[in-house]
Amino acid sequence: MTVATETKTGAVPPPSSEDVITVTKMNKWYGNFHVLKDIDLSVRKGERIVICGPSGSGKSTLIRTLNRLEVYQQGEITVNDILLGDDVKNIEAVRRDVCMVFQHFNLFPHMTVLENLTLAPIWVRKMPKKEANELAMHYLERVRIAEQAHKFPGQLSGGQQQRVAIARSLCMQPKIMLFDEPTSALDPEMVKEVLDVMVELAKEGMTMLCVTHEMGFAKEVADRVIFMDEGQIIEMAGPHEFFDNPKSDRTKLFLSQILSH
Amino acid sequence: MSENAKLPPLPVGTFVERSVTWSKKNLFDGWFNTILTLGSVAFLLWLIPPIIEWGIINATLTPTIEGCAEATGACWGFVNANLRLILFGTYPYDEQWRPLLAMILLMGIICASLGGVKYPNVRKWIIPMWVIGVPIIAILMWGGVLGLTYVQNSYWGGLPLTLILSSIGIVFAFPFGLLLALGRQSNMPALRTLSVVYIEVIRGVPLITVLFMASVMFPLFLPDGVTIDKLLRAQIGIILFTAAYLAEVFRGGLQAVPRGQFEAGESLALSYWQSMRLIILPQALRLVIPPTVNSFISMFKDTTLVVIIGLFDFLGTVKLALRSDPAWTKYYVEGYTFAAAIFFLICFSMAKYSAYLEKELRKGERR
Repeated sequence: MTVATETKTGAVPPPSSEDVITVTKMNKWYGNFHVLKDIDLSVRKGERIVICGPSGSGKSTLIRTLNRLEVYQQGEITVNDILLGDDVKNIEAVRRDVCMVFQHFNLFPHMTVLENLTLAPIWVRKMPKKEANELAMHYLERVRIAEQAHKFPGQLSGGQQQRVAIARSLCMQPKIMLFDEPTSALDPEMVKEVLDVMVELAKEGMTMLCVTHEMGFAKEVADRVIFMDEGQIIEMAGPHEFFDNPKSDRTKLFLSQILSH
Repeated sequence: MSENAKLPPLPVGTFVERSVTWSKKNLFDGWFNTILTLGSVAFLLWLIPPIIEWGIINATLTPTIEGCAEATGACWGFVNANLRLILFGTYPYDEQWRPLLAMILLMGIICASLGGVKYPNVRKWIIPMWVIGVPIIAILMWGGVLGLTYVQNSYWGGLPLTLILSSIGIVFAFPFGLLLALGRQSNMPALRTLSVVYIEVIRGVPLITVLFMASVMFPLFLPDGVTIDKLLRAQIGIILFTAAYLAEVFRGGLQAVPRGQFEAGESLALSYWQSMRLIILPQALRLVIPPTVNSFISMFKDTTLVVIIGLFDFLGTVKLALRSDPAWTKYYVEGYTFAAAIFFLICFSMAKYSAYLEKELRKGERR
């Protein structure tokens, strides 16, 4: 598995004791299908959590409920003390602070890279265009792609597109970032450039929830690793304990499958 | 064999030599294509000369019945003599400069809007141009102020009427169709059902029926003394009808935009309308330019149906001119050819513009 070796300078700062996300007894159904079962989870500020599990285990659905891309039917989610329910104002307030990076990037193909980045600051944060452009260039430099600012997403490689997508989220200056399998759609040689950026973010103290099977990334930056199966959280532990001493049989089976090659 | 030997030889030689090579390759390769080529040439030789002979060489422009009777070819004199009746219908003869001016203004605004979309400096003037232009056109057509005599709109006719009906039809049917398409995709069951029922009912009846209902049945439901203008009713009928078709075109476009685009907008905290306007619609509408223009062209031609409720559109005024004197009646081929030429010119321009727009919007973002 690819590990972001170059950026191993500096340690990942420990999370604070303050909770930013609290999920209590949350349940979700698709029709009759029980996707998420009694999820309890609290995330501290600055904490980095990696969620893994077999496909169909509900891991993507879980992080998608955290910014209301998916609704839930039972229980409660609060983000930054804001109850995430049907209230549209609350939803928009949460989304201002929680950004999502998608498996398929979801960049806007009809806009240049720069326009992709400035869209939300201009329309949601009401930032003047000039200021938004400066902010966008700042983050494009951080993901090392500033020279592509005036190209269209379709002209970039997958890895470049995903870095643009990360920069686009950063332009909203979020407090929490959700990553939904950010490297799964990439060619193998591009995985590292995206993970490097994510590791840097982790080191700057960003609160991150990341659905991924990049176990090297999990070992390097995660404070906690969560294993999900059939809509439940099966195991939750620090990376050392999770990888070296998994408790549940299902976790052991999953790890043996994923680490065997 | 080397790689190069497989490539076709570069064209060499004189122009004549190259032409012969090209013809052999494209026109006479095999007996079937040779027959097709010779057949097509024979067909064109049979078809084209008589048309030119009839339409140009033996034709006359003399605007009198006598002059036409002498000519062996087309009698363009019919169009020449009746041009003002054909163009402006029954609009008072001395006031016909007003519809002419209104028509030129309308065409000017349309051309400036279509051509100026590309340039930000012009783009910001498009809406003010319509806001100022439409009242001027209305004043010119109706009059009654600024010393212009009042002309009831039942006297309007000809090309200005056709252009007004279709351009106002497009301007209103477009946003209405868009709202219907969004309504049909809405999460709110009531809104969705309403949109579906509307679209299916309107699509299920012919435009003639809609126009008849607007003209004959609708007034029956109004209280005594309240009347809505006949022209306005026809205009509304056309808008309602076209919007239902456009709604389905737009729905196709909306469905073609990946769900992830909307989710990306949501996760950046954009509102529903912001996401629609900035992310979804620009992509969806670009995809459906060809069928949208298709609808516009078909609607433009459908405006000729208003003749059945007693309005004289451009085709109606040609008929009017043919009936104005029994001696002209036999020149209907010339009359309808002229009408067809004008309709073709406008429809073909729309088609060309849509091709230009597609090309323009694709620039720079090749995938």
